[in-house]
Amino acid sequence: MSPIKVVIVDDEQPARSRLRELLQDCLTELPHVVAGEAANGVEGMRIVTDTGADVVLVDIHMPEMSGIEFARHLQVLEHPPAVIFVTAHDQYAVEAFEVNALDYLTKPVRAARLLAALKKAAKGARLARGVLESIDTAPRRHFSVAERGRVTLVPVSEVIYLRAELKYVTLRTRAREHLVEESLTQIEQEFGAVFVRVHRNCLVARRWIRGFERGAESENEVGWSVVLEGLDEKLPVSRRQWAQVKSIAG
Amino acid sequence: MQSIRQNHLPDALPDFRNLGVISRILLSVNALALLFALARSREVAEFAARATEIAVSLEPVLLVVLIVLYAGSVLLERLPYLQGLLAVFAVVLAATAALFPLQLQMGGGGDSRGLAWSLVCAAFVTGAVAWYFHLRNRAFSPAISEARLQALQARIRPHFLFNSLNAVLSLIRKDPKRAESALEDLAELFRTVMADNRQLIALREELSLCRQYLNLEQLRLGDRLRVDWRLDPAAEEALVPPMVLQPLVENAVYHGIEPGIAPGLIEVRIERRNDRLWLQLSNPYHEDYQHRQGNRMALANIRERLQLHFDVEASLNTRIADGRYEIGIAMPFRTSL
Repeated sequence: MSPIKVVIVDDEQPARSRLRELLQDCLTELPHVVAGEAANGVEGMRIVTDTGADVVLVDIHMPEMSGIEFARHLQVLEHPPAVIFVTAHDQYAVEAFEVNALDYLTKPVRAARLLAALKKAAKGARLARGVLESIDTAPRRHFSVAERGRVTLVPVSEVIYLRAELKYVTLRTRAREHLVEESLTQIEQEFGAVFVRVHRNCLVARRWIRGFERGAESENEVGWSVVLEGLDEKLPVSRRQWAQVKSIAG
Repeated sequence: MQSIRQNHLPDALPDFRNLGVISRILLSVNALALLFALARSREVAEFAARATEIAVSLEPVLLVVLIVLYAGSVLLERLPYLQGLLAVFAVVLAATAALFPLQLQMGGGGDSRGLAWSLVCAAFVTGAVAWYFHLRNRAFSPAISEARLQALQARIRPHFLFNSLNAVLSLIRKDPKRAESALEDLAELFRTVMADNRQLIALREELSLCRQYLNLEQLRLGDRLRVDWRLDPAAEEALVPPMVLQPLVENAVYHGIEPGIAPGLIEVRIERRNDRLWLQLSNPYHEDYQHRQGNRMALANIRERLQLHFDVEASLNTRIADGRYEIGIAMPFRTSL
């Protein structure tokens, strides 16, 4: 059996180096290599996909993206690594882990507990679907987009609009388009405060709306359309949605 | 019962320099005067006349007494309670007697019973006000021992303790010297947190507590944590409630630095302006992280303790401006109790 590949994701450098020391201590009992370490979820995702990590040690409490959100994005991968959560003190998360029988370690971490968790992870215990979503109900801060075997994380704040087209949903940022495998309805539920539905097939980010203008033709009638910040494209507002959208137009 | 009694503070004279105390004396004495006028008048017109008459003789005495007590409060506070109380009575009676001729000239004090009657009234009013402060002191003394407990509750977050211990563990093999000094900082921090926090302490001590705390945070946050101190050396001897700044600095790290990947700046500005002490603290504001708990609790706790120590003379305000969260505290500048 080849040694398992471990990746460490924690925003605090001393915490990462402490985990490295402890992993070193476990080396004789469980052969492994530390494939890399990252200070945040975005970097962590890159390292995990680059190295094909088997196990990820993830701190829960990180800036920009919580450890739980990071773990959710990992599930998009074809072969997601096993996740071991690490936390200093987060009673809510710890209770949720207990309920769902997820493996977690508390800081300061003990070598013996780390070893036990690694052994369990090496056997390939996988997360059940929906467990992480139930633990962290706060809206994500990133969308995960699978492209050519890789996963790209797009910050929610950069998304200008999302439009449903046939099978996929197109996610538009100022720079480019991505395809995501989520439904508009799910997204609307999760991010109600961020996006507003302007059309049956379209959600627009409130912060990128510059104004509204008359004259666009949709479904053979002259209606309103959204003028966006940073994009020349204009999006039609359906008559049904106009009543709601109007309120933001002020 | 013994243990409950121990919680009561010994009787003490109020702080005659405190605006809250001064206004309480003014209000209660005038209220008594009005009641007195009411009791002695049979009809409305007579009440107005009586009230004016009493006010003319009362107000000059009251004013003089308050000024003398304000000036002499430092001396009065050194006396045991009973002696201090006697001194206050002496001041009131002396002022009443000294101003009596003036009252006659102004047409007040027209009461035929003369000086003796005025002195009796003055003594009675002083006794009543002293009784009021005695009761108030008793009502508040459990609050002050409670304040000590609350200071403990505004304590350092477990999140901080475990993360710090973890950071120290990471140093032990590589840099034992630094691990030692970090543990020393941690020990001292907890010694202060667990101390009896009833008495005011020098701001200098509070600042060194903040520095020890920030040293530990620096250890784990590294370059992400930047602190800019602007201290007025004239302010360092000021007396402040213990733990008035440290919980705020801790909040600044928790809400302002930890949620950001990029380095963030905490600014601490401390100034003495005449007889006021100003503490200002600001940190980056992260809108998305406002669900993190604990900020309002620490603020309410500090506000309450400021009020217990300084009554209406202290204030705590917060605002969000230019992407920064700012807290400003103002309190009287004192160097002795």
